[in-house]
Amino acid sequence: MFLDSDLLMSALRALTPILLAALGGALCERAGVFNIGLEGMMLMGCFTAVATSWFTGSPWLGVLAAALAAAAYSLILAVGAVTLRGDAVVLGVAMNLLAVGLTSFLLRTVFGVQGTFDDPSLAGLPLVGGFSPLAYLAWAAVGVSALLLSRHVWGLRLRGVGEAPDAAATLGVSPARYKYAAVLVSGVLCGLAGAQLALGNVTLFSENMTAGRGWIAVVAVMLGRALPLGVLLAALLFGLAEAAGFRLQGLGMPQQATDAAPYVVTLVALFLSTAQRRRRTARTTGNARTTGVAP
Amino acid sequence: MAVDSTGVLAARAKGALRSPVTFSVVAGLVIGALFLVGTGADPLAAYGAVVTGSLGGDGIGATLTTGTSVLGLALALAIPLRAGLINLGGDGQLVLGGIAAAVTGLYSPLPAPLTVVLALLAGTAAGAAYAALAALCENRFGVPLLVSSLLLSYPATSFASYLVRHPLKEPGSSLPQTRRLPEGVALPAFGTSTVTAGLVLVLLAAAAYWFADRRTAVGYEIRMTGLNPRFAAYAGVERKGLTLRLMAVSGGLAGLVGSIGVLSFPYRFLDGSLTAPGYTWTGLTAALLAAAAPLGTVLAAFFFAVLQVGGLSMERTTEVPRELTQVLQAIVIVFLAARLRFPRPRRTRGEDRDPGAPEPPTPGSAVPGSAAQREAV
Repeated sequence: MFLDSDLLMSALRALTPILLAALGGALCERAGVFNIGLEGMMLMGCFTAVATSWFTGSPWLGVLAAALAAAAYSLILAVGAVTLRGDAVVLGVAMNLLAVGLTSFLLRTVFGVQGTFDDPSLAGLPLVGGFSPLAYLAWAAVGVSALLLSRHVWGLRLRGVGEAPDAAATLGVSPARYKYAAVLVSGVLCGLAGAQLALGNVTLFSENMTAGRGWIAVVAVMLGRALPLGVLLAALLFGLAEAAGFRLQGLGMPQQATDAAPYVVTLVALFLSTAQRRRRTARTTGNARTTGVAP
Repeated sequence: MAVDSTGVLAARAKGALRSPVTFSVVAGLVIGALFLVGTGADPLAAYGAVVTGSLGGDGIGATLTTGTSVLGLALALAIPLRAGLINLGGDGQLVLGGIAAAVTGLYSPLPAPLTVVLALLAGTAAGAAYAALAALCENRFGVPLLVSSLLLSYPATSFASYLVRHPLKEPGSSLPQTRRLPEGVALPAFGTSTVTAGLVLVLLAAAAYWFADRRTAVGYEIRMTGLNPRFAAYAGVERKGLTLRLMAVSGGLAGLVGSIGVLSFPYRFLDGSLTAPGYTWTGLTAALLAAAAPLGTVLAAFFFAVLQVGGLSMERTTEVPRELTQVLQAIVIVFLAARLRFPRPRRTRGEDRDPGAPEPPTPGSAVPGSAAQREAV
């Protein structure tokens, strides 16, 4: 049987890093900061987690250090885009590049190896009930952020800052403070995502090991319309694609086809979701195509 | 006259010193020096090694060879960037160009010189078609170009990797590579160096870009779209068509670089050899640093080629990993991005929105998610 509980389990395992990063991205989106530096923040998390776990022997300290390091790294986006009002897209691209360079540089200076650091005595995260503890944390984070955004005053203010910064400022809410908070929290979440990737999914660090997962998270934010539950569904889709890919590989599909599957599935999902929304808009506004110039 | 021109030059020099570009490059070099001190190396010796290693007699050939690819991709990414579009799919377009050129080179029945031309054309066409697909994703399906171009890049590299591991694999070889191209199917090289006519092709492309940017109506439309997309749309620039054409040119150039890579040493398609040096990202960095201006892009590409090649000799003399040059590159862009604001044709929600500027009401802005606003198109 192809679609069984095993597949679902491996999908749930594959989705954790994407989900954590995408939740961070969703918070930033809600606060009005376009965060495409998720990939780089995750990669910093991966390296810090492995390095800390290696030198202290504790994967838990690795997780903590990864969260802190990625949060510190996310300050580049906060300072650059919020305080200095620079270009968030270019900052994000630059942060992703910087993370690749920095982690490869540190891999060689700290561990003296090139490509991959892999040691049997490197301590990874234990499994609790078949899942990494960070997986439970990710699911909890979905609920917490959903409640926060829809019920708590912080969440409402955060959304206000994203949708109408001037109005928020008039009401005495500091847009900069909420944007900083959103970016820093996304840093923490991406750090956890990186720790999960490097100490949970596998136990090693290799150059550019995030391999586009941060970008998938960016797409998950779009697909899920920056709603925590929507983001969860989008991440689940990706997890299923990855898990099904591994399954198909076992059945003799070439590895390259299954490598490409998650990206293709994500793209197709984006097509379908926009097409559906476009039809809905066309229904509600008469004819959406005649409005002319893009906003 | 002489006094005038020196006065102008002095004023220009002053302006250049104050520009964010100079600031970013200097800041990058200073932080790079701190890294060097941190690893116990002498920064001056290390930077000296970068310069002598890349511009000295032994290194200049390698710099020009690397520069060919870096400049080609810098141009490829600069051309859409001039209109505010970011093509992140350079790797996929590059690799498809390479594989198309390799297939043409291996199976074309034509005489060798014609095969070379055909392979270049095939590579360019493959890259252009694939980039156009990313543009169609934005135009027809509303998937932002940034995302569609990047997501399409992964299947393309996987596809090429599959081809050279299975159907096109050189029999008996342990490497994932195609057979060597037939004798004579190669770009002519300058003397005994590795510098080929590919450099000339890329420089011609740069000249054509400069001319189009400065002297043609299309170039004006592109710059206008980059500076103020709404004004450009009001003035009658047809955005979707422009996106499609710019992406086709961009992907075509990336594909051309791929075919140049296959038609020079090692005269075959080797999996990863086109993407591993990171030409796409170096090219993007160069294009961003130059704000996509034609001459600036050429200079920035040369600067980064020097860094990339010089990094190797820095590693040999000071034992500092060459990855440092990659760090340096990214730091330059981080500083630059914090100081500059590129206008975007279609702003996603919150993207570089200036909190001080009033945001015009947009239909659908009550719906969260960046794609929501695109629906109003």
